[in-house]
Amino acid sequence: MCLAIPVRVVELRGESTAIVDLDGVRREISLALVDGVQVGDYVIVHVGYALSKLDADEAARTLALFAAAPRGQAA
Amino acid sequence: MKYIDEFRDGALARNLAASIAAEADPRRSYNLMEFCGGHTHAISRYGVGDLLPPPVRMIHGPGCPVCVLPIGRVDLAIGLALEQRAIVCTYGDCLRVPASNNLSLLKAKARGGDVRMIYSPADALKIAQAHPDREVVFFAIGFETTTPPTALVIKEAAHLGLANFTVLCNHVLTPAAITNILESPEVRQLGTLPLDGFIGPAHVSTIIGSGPYEFFAEEYRKPVVIAGFEPLDVMQAILMLVRQINEGRAEVENEFTRAVTREGNLKAQALVSEVFELRRSFEWRGLGQVPYSALRIRSAFAAFDAERRFQLETRSVADNKACECGAILRGVKHPRDCKVFGTVCTPENPIGSCMVSSEGACAAHYTYGRFKDAAIVVTPALTAAG
Repeated sequence: MCLAIPVRVVELRGESTAIVDLDGVRREISLALVDGVQVGDYVIVHVGYALSKLDADEAARTLALFAAAPRGQAA
Repeated sequence: MKYIDEFRDGALARNLAASIAAEADPRRSYNLMEFCGGHTHAISRYGVGDLLPPPVRMIHGPGCPVCVLPIGRVDLAIGLALEQRAIVCTYGDCLRVPASNNLSLLKAKARGGDVRMIYSPADALKIAQAHPDREVVFFAIGFETTTPPTALVIKEAAHLGLANFTVLCNHVLTPAAITNILESPEVRQLGTLPLDGFIGPAHVSTIIGSGPYEFFAEEYRKPVVIAGFEPLDVMQAILMLVRQINEGRAEVENEFTRAVTREGNLKAQALVSEVFELRRSFEWRGLGQVPYSALRIRSAFAAFDAERRFQLETRSVADNKACECGAILRGVKHPRDCKVFGTVCTPENPIGSCMVSSEGACAAHYTYGRFKDAAIVVTPALTAAG
């Protein structure tokens, strides 16, 4: 039910509408719940509404955590 | 796909599994509840359970809105479709939830009710605009993730002055459900449900932020790690919980920093509080009446409240006696403990709500895990010739 997916914004239309691309599928979504979205940003979309922007730096940091050596210094 | 594939990488999963195995103390147990159905689904689908060492045990929580929707509320929607002849719009997941008299919204549709599956609440609004002569009701369910879009369409309907559009609101709140579990006799007195920590919701937290969970860490001394819905997110959160427990910490940590902040989405929160207010109590399947656990439409938007327009009253209806959904939603039982699991109750013919949605504990176990429990019987080959 809370299924939501990261999609790339490819076009802004008006104040609070955008076209997103999901692996070649284009769809119109609402940006009414988020501010400051630019073309090229990734947003998390749920039932046709962007809930939040995806932070690329934080995503890279999390991916780096996955690759940390077992029994590492992170503990 | 970017931001999905990297978070499902097998080699990284094995690396995380090695870390969890190395750091989990075999002399103790780690009983971790994943609150969300989204996590339950990811754990089952990607076999995360098989990558965990014996001391780490995952318990499914009640965070599946379809699963906790009580029969009485589905009955209201069916009544609107069959008796009031309204167009009832709802998310696909709701259509097969078993209700009274062996009905569901899907069966009500088969009996001539105008029940329509929608992807977005904006679709319900379009249907209302296209049928000004008909009453159109949006049967809204969901946790905090799904509530802001409902608030938006109610405001939009008010803006457009739509006289034939109402919402039957069943939006529920995550923190109230977590409190209910922590206060349940199984956890507090009987000790039959050991709980050492929580994996916190992904998309719910994009809206409410990580702040609301701090109470559980401080008051109940339970660590919480908010995690994304991909399998590596879940495994990283398990590792972070194991570390907190090993170090005697009970804090709120955020694994899903790429989308969740401490404050959450303030714009969405403001919108929700403008349109909705707390209900004093709401019935959850499995948990019973839970105080201040759901939202209703404020009187300023009363014209769009289906409960007011059609003067609806919710009856409490008992679940099927054989169904163990209640105990499964409280984390006390596992789907395999249910007598009707996989026999009478299947995703094609669900008896209980946990078998309906793909993120329900029973549906997830049926789809991805049911053969793991089956004993392997080796039958000698009859002849060598074939």
